[in-house]
Amino acid sequence: MDLLSPIKDHHSERRLFVSRVLVSSLIALLLLMLVVARLVQLQVFDHALFAEKAQGNRVRIEPVAPIRGLIFDRQGRVIAENLPAYHLELIPEQVDDIDDTLHRLAALSLIEKTDIARIKELSLSGQRFRPLTLKFRLTEEEIANFAIQRPRFPGVDFQPRLVRHYPNGEAVAHAVGYVGALSSDDLKRLDSARYAGTSHTGKTGVESYFESDLHGVAGYRHLITNARGRQVPGDTSELLDSLPMDERPAPGSNVYLSIDLDLQVLATRLLEGRRGALVALDPQTGEILAFVSAPSFDPNLFAVGMSTAQYGALQNNPDVPLFNRALRGSYPPGSTIKPMLALAALETGATNLTRKTFCTGYFMLPDSTHRYRDWKPEGHGPVDLHDAIEQSCDVYFYEVSQSIGIDNMHDYLDRFGLGRQTGVDFGGERPGLVPSREWKRTSFRNPDDQRWYHGETVIASIGQGYMLATPLQLATATAALAMRGKTYRPHIVAAIEDALSGTRSLTTRERMPDIEISNSLHWDTVIGAMHDVMQGPRGTARAVGYGAAYEMAGKSGTAQVVSIAQDEEYDEEELQERQRDHALFISFAPLDKPRIAVAVVVENGSSGSRVAAPIAKAIMDKYLGYGDDANR
Amino acid sequence: MPIAESKLPLTSKTEPRSDFSRLIRRLHIDGPLLGGLVLICGFGLFILYSAVGESNKLLMNQAVRLSIAFVAMLVAAQMPPDFLRRWTPWGYGAGIVLLVLVLITGEVGQGARRWLNLGVRFQPSEAMKLGVPMMAAWYLHDRQMPPRLGQLLIIAVMIVVPTILIARQPDLGTSLLIAASGIIVIILAGMSLRLIIGMGILAIPGAMVLWTVMKDYQKQRVLTLLNPDTDPLGAGYNIIQSKIAIGSGGLFGKGWTNGSQAHLEFLPERDTDFIFAVLGEEFGLFGVLTLLALYMFVIGRGLYMAVNAHDTYSRLLAGSISLTFLVYVFVNTAMVTGLIPVVGVPLPLVSFGGTSMVTLMAGFGILMSIHSQRKLLPH
Repeated sequence: MDLLSPIKDHHSERRLFVSRVLVSSLIALLLLMLVVARLVQLQVFDHALFAEKAQGNRVRIEPVAPIRGLIFDRQGRVIAENLPAYHLELIPEQVDDIDDTLHRLAALSLIEKTDIARIKELSLSGQRFRPLTLKFRLTEEEIANFAIQRPRFPGVDFQPRLVRHYPNGEAVAHAVGYVGALSSDDLKRLDSARYAGTSHTGKTGVESYFESDLHGVAGYRHLITNARGRQVPGDTSELLDSLPMDERPAPGSNVYLSIDLDLQVLATRLLEGRRGALVALDPQTGEILAFVSAPSFDPNLFAVGMSTAQYGALQNNPDVPLFNRALRGSYPPGSTIKPMLALAALETGATNLTRKTFCTGYFMLPDSTHRYRDWKPEGHGPVDLHDAIEQSCDVYFYEVSQSIGIDNMHDYLDRFGLGRQTGVDFGGERPGLVPSREWKRTSFRNPDDQRWYHGETVIASIGQGYMLATPLQLATATAALAMRGKTYRPHIVAAIEDALSGTRSLTTRERMPDIEISNSLHWDTVIGAMHDVMQGPRGTARAVGYGAAYEMAGKSGTAQVVSIAQDEEYDEEELQERQRDHALFISFAPLDKPRIAVAVVVENGSSGSRVAAPIAKAIMDKYLGYGDDANR
Repeated sequence: MPIAESKLPLTSKTEPRSDFSRLIRRLHIDGPLLGGLVLICGFGLFILYSAVGESNKLLMNQAVRLSIAFVAMLVAAQMPPDFLRRWTPWGYGAGIVLLVLVLITGEVGQGARRWLNLGVRFQPSEAMKLGVPMMAAWYLHDRQMPPRLGQLLIIAVMIVVPTILIARQPDLGTSLLIAASGIIVIILAGMSLRLIIGMGILAIPGAMVLWTVMKDYQKQRVLTLLNPDTDPLGAGYNIIQSKIAIGSGGLFGKGWTNGSQAHLEFLPERDTDFIFAVLGEEFGLFGVLTLLALYMFVIGRGLYMAVNAHDTYSRLLAGSISLTFLVYVFVNTAMVTGLIPVVGVPLPLVSFGGTSMVTLMAGFGILMSIHSQRKLLPH
């Protein structure tokens, strides 16, 4: 001990120390009381606020997409369904080296090299735990291939998803349409809340027009999520207890179409290698029985997603397979309008049942040397109305047209639904065109073009010139002929079925204004002549109707694509394929109680009676039970 | 008369009756303090199990560290206070050398140079948590209390040198705690109240100087405390989520392992600095007050031991160890409840991590040694 230092006074020192300890303890107590006060504030007074914040923190509402309604044909066969398919998916946050992974996937040809940059960009944007689809619908082979390699690709896996599938895709593509991935344009149009969980939407055809029925109502579920917004895996049951109830999605309604899958397949086969369209209707109801446009495409490509190359091939195909010819193809109807014009001529008194014209092979207007030629250069000789339809004499109609006048022609063709939309229950149809003086006045700028010329009436009488009609319109008009003026709006959806209750609401046939014809004899004559076209001694399509077990009626049409100069000889061989005439045919059967009306257009098919008529006949055979299959 | 003395009833009254009590006394262990510490550590393990996501592996890890810490306590309890006092300057000097070595050759982890690898990896700054108050107490042991100004300045140097060395690592939290442990010694020694108040006033320009030398992340912590909502996803996130966790716990909590804030990863650093929020969320105010009461008991027992110590060194050291422990508890709980900035101080004996626990328990061992091996008071 340091003797020089003052003697330590242990008692006073201890007293000082104790007093300091007491003060310190007091301060310590105060500090702890401060913390306790804070805890009481947080846990007692503000508890409700923080409890709510904690709940909001962890609960995320996730939409659940409804299952899209199925589409069936008139016999209940599946046309569009939802199949589980395996997609190759990548979860960005689980991939260490995105470049390396994508290149190795490309080496296995699971993705395309050209898509690497795009996928990488996608993987860097958006939430890193959300799976990114690399390839839709792996084939069995690809699944097997990847399964072996899977350990080498952390963060990449195949996942089952429901994908729209069209088992007879090509045959029904233009009638049913297709679904495709939701685009930003779709999202502007659609209710984003209803589509929050949906990936695909109807783009064309029934899939688009009946989207609101097929889609269903989205549900939602509450997810327990962690701080990064990812659903918490594993057992969170004790946390789930306090959650609000989930809302189950309501599946979309099933749609029953009036089309017959057999007819679709047959028509597709008959039009194979052609450009053209076929529409068949039930004249008694307006139900569409067949609706085919050729060439077609595989709608599954849109549902699954296709590569840029595949889409480019579809887009750049000169035969434009994506173009719906049945609905939007506008063709000069040619001689197929002759039965309707015959009725116009009879009704307006431009001709009568017995009047004959001598057909010399051409027709000239007064004060003109221009020859309007008949399809038969040597002429048909003396023909009455019946003969003119049966043999498709042009000269007879040239002559009569001058008495009917273009405005009456327009009036009667309009009654048969030409020149205006049929109002079919899927969007996008073209109205076609039946010219009139009024139309010409309002449609042209140049005063010279606004005048109607007699010559234009002449060529309009054989469905040429300005006149245009869609295959759907021709089928509707044919059904009206078959029903002797009773008309129904064409429709493709026969019934809509609630997927949960199974209750079906049937589409009732919608009767349109009747076509009033004063004398039923006029109907008899025209329909009789159409019967003879196919089954008469001199009918243009007698080769097709010969020997049939039932009575049918029809009318051929061969429409010029390019005009032929006055003295030029018509030489089919020399014409380029795409400059050949369009072949058209309309028909219905059976004669007394029609059950089917068909319109066929074969682009550049040269001859309505030789090319289009057999197709129409085959469809009627099939539908009426006289087809190859039925005979067997 | 040693024989007669041993028969005195006084001794038999204080003589422990059971074998266990005798063993405790022979090992210089203080029963009440040990009981309090065991309860805190046991409760801590319970909370930690939930905070680490119910991982048995991490729980075992912590249990092993706790065992090591209790061994350190046991060893420290066997060292007589005189022995500790004699070796204090040597230990302190070695500690300063090691701190300098850390700055020169230390291992870098998480942006700071704190570890030294001399065969075993350790943080010299941890040892200085005991080294500084011991050194201050050693210096004041033979001197007349209250200390004079010149003596205070010498002690101030003893405190400031390691504080600055540790702050340079940088480890602001530890350096401040070490400074506090030294300052507590001189306050307990009887430093005049006028000086304390005067220093408090001087602290204001001092804080301004400190602000200019602070690193950006340290400044950010202070600013965030003042208004955490301005940066809800950045620096304020911890405090916001911690307050939500504690507040949503309410009176009785959401139940063990049922805290949504903790288990859904909203609460950051939930097994280390913010484990108090897990306790608040799952056990509510009730659980939080229970733990605080245990802490109070331990601190109270420590101060009781300090008051009953028989020499200046023991007294000052025991008082400093007890009150520094209180500073730990206060800083952590105040930080987690958003009262003070986030300074990275773990909740003592509960947070996951070993080094600080060993130091703490060694400190309690010293307390026990002081209490059980006290000499007779010189009259």
